[in-house]
Amino acid sequence: MNKIVLIIKREYLTRVQKKSFLIMTILGPILMAALFIVPVILSQLSDEVKQVRILDETGWFLDRFENSDRYTFEHVFTDLETAKANISGNDIYALIYIPRPEVSVPSSAIIFSNSQVSIDLKSHIRNIMAKEVENQKLGAEIVKEIRKINPAFSEVKADSLEKTNLITDEILKNIKTNITLTSIQLGEAGSEAKSYTEVSMGVGMFAGILIYFFIFLFGAQVMRGVIEEKVSRIVEVIVSSVKPFQLMMGKIIGVALVGLTQFMLWIVLTLTIVTVFQTLMPNKITPAQATEVYQDNTSRIPSESNTAALQSTENEDTAMSRMIEALQSIDFTTMILSFLFYFIGGYLLYGAMFAAIGAAVDNETDTQQFMLPITVPLILAIVMAQFVINNPDGPVSFWFSMIPFTSPVIMMVRIPFGVPMWQVGLSMLILTASFVAAVWLAGRIYRTGILMYGKKVSWGEMWKWLFYKG
Amino acid sequence: MWAATFFYYTILSCPMSFFSARNITKNYAAHKALDNVSIEIPPQSIFGLLGPNGAGKTTLIRIINQIIAPDTGELFFQNNKLGAEHIYQIGYLPEERGLYKKMKVGEQALYLAQLKGVSKSDALKKLKYWFEKFDIKPWWNKKVEELSKGMQQKVQFIVTIIHEPKLLIFDEPFSGFDPINVNLLKDEILALRRNGSTIIFSTHNMASVEELCDNIALINNSKKILDGRVSDIRNEHKTNTFSIGYNDFKNDIRTVLPADFTLKSQHNRDELQFAEIQLPSHATANHLLKILMPHVSVHTLNEIIPTMNEIFINTVNQKLSTSKLNNYE
Repeated sequence: MNKIVLIIKREYLTRVQKKSFLIMTILGPILMAALFIVPVILSQLSDEVKQVRILDETGWFLDRFENSDRYTFEHVFTDLETAKANISGNDIYALIYIPRPEVSVPSSAIIFSNSQVSIDLKSHIRNIMAKEVENQKLGAEIVKEIRKINPAFSEVKADSLEKTNLITDEILKNIKTNITLTSIQLGEAGSEAKSYTEVSMGVGMFAGILIYFFIFLFGAQVMRGVIEEKVSRIVEVIVSSVKPFQLMMGKIIGVALVGLTQFMLWIVLTLTIVTVFQTLMPNKITPAQATEVYQDNTSRIPSESNTAALQSTENEDTAMSRMIEALQSIDFTTMILSFLFYFIGGYLLYGAMFAAIGAAVDNETDTQQFMLPITVPLILAIVMAQFVINNPDGPVSFWFSMIPFTSPVIMMVRIPFGVPMWQVGLSMLILTASFVAAVWLAGRIYRTGILMYGKKVSWGEMWKWLFYKG
Repeated sequence: MWAATFFYYTILSCPMSFFSARNITKNYAAHKALDNVSIEIPPQSIFGLLGPNGAGKTTLIRIINQIIAPDTGELFFQNNKLGAEHIYQIGYLPEERGLYKKMKVGEQALYLAQLKGVSKSDALKKLKYWFEKFDIKPWWNKKVEELSKGMQQKVQFIVTIIHEPKLLIFDEPFSGFDPINVNLLKDEILALRRNGSTIIFSTHNMASVEELCDNIALINNSKKILDGRVSDIRNEHKTNTFSIGYNDFKNDIRTVLPADFTLKSQHNRDELQFAEIQLPSHATANHLLKILMPHVSVHTLNEIIPTMNEIFINTVNQKLSTSKLNNYE
């Protein structure tokens, strides 16, 4: 036992002291920020035309929603309850309810839907509403400005005047409007649950991709470590002191700890950067807003003022508080615990296979033929993740979160949306059984492979190694 | 009958053996690596494990190191069944050896020593002593890849003996050393034996076998084909051949030799003529002298004792031809 600790210590320290570890530690948080963007792109891949109904109590937006190749909009003029009741039967994707504001201009809407609403639709709605409200505000501001010069000015003639001269930066800043969208999912029993698709998608996809990267990065490190020991011919010296299985496990665990350290450093570093940013420059973009800026940029109605809008301080409080509210809807304890479990489980499963491959070959170029069957399920998982994220409760999602080769990625994508306990438990059980089996099998291939030099190994050969006596 | 009983008695109790492997067989999928091989290694001796490439030496060494397990057969370490606890008492210098290239020399030596169960402070003390002795102290903080091959071999040798094992296994220990360091190493190996270690020594360098080994076993085609004390083996392989140096003989030496005396070779050196003559089994050196003395003045007479090299080649080739013969039948 003492020896395996020694091995873990060596594997850990030599890796943590490397330059590449430092570089990854710095690049990681930057990568994280980039990952916020991915779900937005993914949500735009769907090509189905969706029917959206609008119940507009204000009357401001009657002709503003134009049909596109993604959405057809239809106004309804009933009361809210009737409109809600009509959604389910009529294959309606969502109902947008714009309530009449008490005092000021409309600045919020509620989206009712059966399933979670895509980010794309939300940003579309937000854009159209913001544009309209801002236009109205701008008109009012201009009238105000003109009246300062000419109190007798009548609104009717406003159009004939050259407005642009009068629009100052200050006015532009004043008219900025932030539209608050709340989505409410109508449950089967008619119950309503507030849902925050964007955040769930972002968090889920982020966690899935992170697991994918971690398994790949650190699994490959295990493999490279094994090859290094073989190539440098130190392995026989070491296995005369420790059992091959101890050497393999020491390496796998050591590298896992490196991974976890990196993960912790990333979290701490990201939080530090964000905190420092917020304290030093409260006006600048926070990660939450960065996402929103991006969404607006990618929407199909490009508008200069929209991009500018999101950088204004005025809206930060509301944007942040909405974001925080949404984040709070996700159970982060569950998220972190399951992340740790699926990272360790998935890593052990793949790490063991990577170790076996490393033992079977003489140098890294020979790994190709064995790498393919291992990387395919992992890549498949990340490809499937974008379908899963749009339908986290479907049968595809279910099965891929049970198969141990894809479950670490897929389950992490699903968890922010809420997964039944029995599914999580079953998936964890299957994964645990699989990695125990994988580690055991890999150990048998490993102990034969590490002592084999100058031999091109085939799958058949590796199969035979499984049955060699100790 | 008596002999057989005595034989089994010695094998089974064998108080003289420090290490023994009995009836070891190891099969791999396609071939037999070891076929019923037994060796007995007396304490405080150097045991030469010889054989051509692929004969099964490395497999046997790995079995002794418990890296792999035999299919059948038993191993005894000081008359106890070989077990995990003996790992700390064995030092192994494999033929395929190396170090972590990117790791610092001292750090690495410390790591390997600790894996052999030496405490950190103890290992530091001992390593310091050996690094000084081998003149590699200044390299302590250098990476292994910066060292010359010879220096790497020195480090490797040190980590093999650092835990003061009772049994040492050296597989081609001299490869990568220059002649000066080969001597340094030979002296160290002899010193280790003097201090009580038992050594298994595997090599193709037969000169060093004659120089160092007390006993040998020759393995060929996964079978042991020869074993015993080096001196005994060499004496057993004598062919009753003598080298005689003489002068003042005008005629061919063959004219005076009886028909059953065979002249193997002849050459001249420094005014003297030399002839190698194989005698029939009943004849001795005295017979030869008696025959030659009336004709020549004898200057030297030596019995030719075959070298381990010759014995190795002859024995392996013999086996090869007999096995071929068997295949023809």
